[in-house]
Amino acid sequence: MNPDVEFIGVGHSYRSKNKPPVQALQDINLHLAHNEFVAVVGPSGCGKSTLLRLLSGLVSPTEGEVRMFGQPVTAPGGEVGIVFQKPTLLPWLSVFDNVLFPLRHQGRVIGRQDRDRARALLETVGLAEFINSQPDELSGGMQQRVGIARALLLDPDILIMDEPFSALDALSREQMGFELLRIWSERPKTVLFITHSISEAVLLADRVLVMSPRPAQIIDTIDIDLPRPRTPTTIDLPEFNTCTQRIRQHIFGPLQQASGLTAVPSHRTPVCQAS
Amino acid sequence: MTLRDAIRDNMWPRLLPVLALLAILPVWELVCRLFGIPDYVLPAPTSIFNAFLNVDMQRWMGHLWATLRVALMGFALAIIISLPLAILMVRSVFLTRTLFPFLVVIQSTPIVAVAPLIIVILGAGDAPRTVIACLISFFPIVVATTTGMLATPREMLELSRSLKASASREIWQIRLPYAVPHIFSGLKVAITLAIIGAVIAEFVAAEKGLGYFVQFSTSYFRIPQAFAALFFLSAVSLVLFKAVQVVQKTFFGWSLPAEDER
Repeated sequence: MNPDVEFIGVGHSYRSKNKPPVQALQDINLHLAHNEFVAVVGPSGCGKSTLLRLLSGLVSPTEGEVRMFGQPVTAPGGEVGIVFQKPTLLPWLSVFDNVLFPLRHQGRVIGRQDRDRARALLETVGLAEFINSQPDELSGGMQQRVGIARALLLDPDILIMDEPFSALDALSREQMGFELLRIWSERPKTVLFITHSISEAVLLADRVLVMSPRPAQIIDTIDIDLPRPRTPTTIDLPEFNTCTQRIRQHIFGPLQQASGLTAVPSHRTPVCQAS
Repeated sequence: MTLRDAIRDNMWPRLLPVLALLAILPVWELVCRLFGIPDYVLPAPTSIFNAFLNVDMQRWMGHLWATLRVALMGFALAIIISLPLAILMVRSVFLTRTLFPFLVVIQSTPIVAVAPLIIVILGAGDAPRTVIACLISFFPIVVATTTGMLATPREMLELSRSLKASASREIWQIRLPYAVPHIFSGLKVAITLAIIGAVIAEFVAAEKGLGYFVQFSTSYFRIPQAFAALFFLSAVSLVLFKAVQVVQKTFFGWSLPAEDER
């Protein structure tokens, strides 16, 4: 089966006046299989968000090609759902109208079916009773759930998430991760999940791509073979540690292991394999 | 919430300025009487009040209506000109570069100096006065609207672009609503300026209006009456300012910060 998304030798440099261009991404090759959950981790400012903008067509690659379903992406096509770092809800619309906003913004007539769909999505993200609330009446986590419901409204084949839980506190963050997995299992999508949390990436994804600092390149691809559904106890599996440890080494170098902060049991066969 | 709490929470802050005024008035009265300050220097509150009552209510209303009409028409005209202008400037850097210097020039030219010319050009009647009220009040609306629309967060604009929305939908459904709190700040400044514009126009040429009445009273040395007209004018400004706030609260309640309604 052909992959949903392909990056072929993609590079991107930002040009600004009176300054030499900044190379954000370099020689990126990746592919997302249908309904695969892929997480991208890397240090802050390494160009992870550029990856998102390339895939959604908001920016064009300066080298190489981004393909979606075999077609090159040159401009926003409207077939991806984006969940931003901040919830980015429109404060002048109710929660319900925020979820319906993509349809309205495309100038389409909103019918009963669409309203039912928006209602069902809000139910999926557990906000059925807040349908008529204003965004500022909701907590950060709830707002981000509305953002997820909105991204799912047009039933996109591909869902792009840019550090969606980074503004949340640690507890809601973990809860939202499992929530997202539940929604994903109900409505399977091809997901590109950008994060700077190693454990979040390992906990959620089928595959984790590790990026280097700028200019960002993919320095490792790790298949996460942890059993699904993932639960809070997944974190306790030794395999989980093996995976996070491997990623950590890429990002911080082998220093940590030497200091013995996290011991990896050697008698176990690691479940994360290079692909 | 009990009635008492309601009074304490809602009435108290509103009564504060009234109480302050009530506290000042007796002091003012006392100072005028004790030192025998003549009316043409500083009239006592009671003589201002008497002067107010001595003028027919119908006459007051006539003056009020003349000023209010011009100020409101000028304000409306300012909104009608400013919003499209701001939208055009947001959509085109070229237009901003071309137009903005002219706007600044119009704004920084003293309207008092231009008013006689406008009256000569446009003749007598409401038209020149409306133009003067508009000229003085449009600038804050343009600046506030443009600033608000340009402050739209990048992610909201990316949301719009990722949905392949047209530029006009981006303006109407994202940038303009986002600018609403800014627009209302501009409107609040503009409405008080519109009153000032109407008064300036009346100073130059008018036979009616609260501004005209201040000037008329002063020239006949009826200082308490001029003061009464002045207070009336301030009250009108205050009411109009409040009206803009009420419109914002009623139709754009989301644009006010929660809990803090100033």
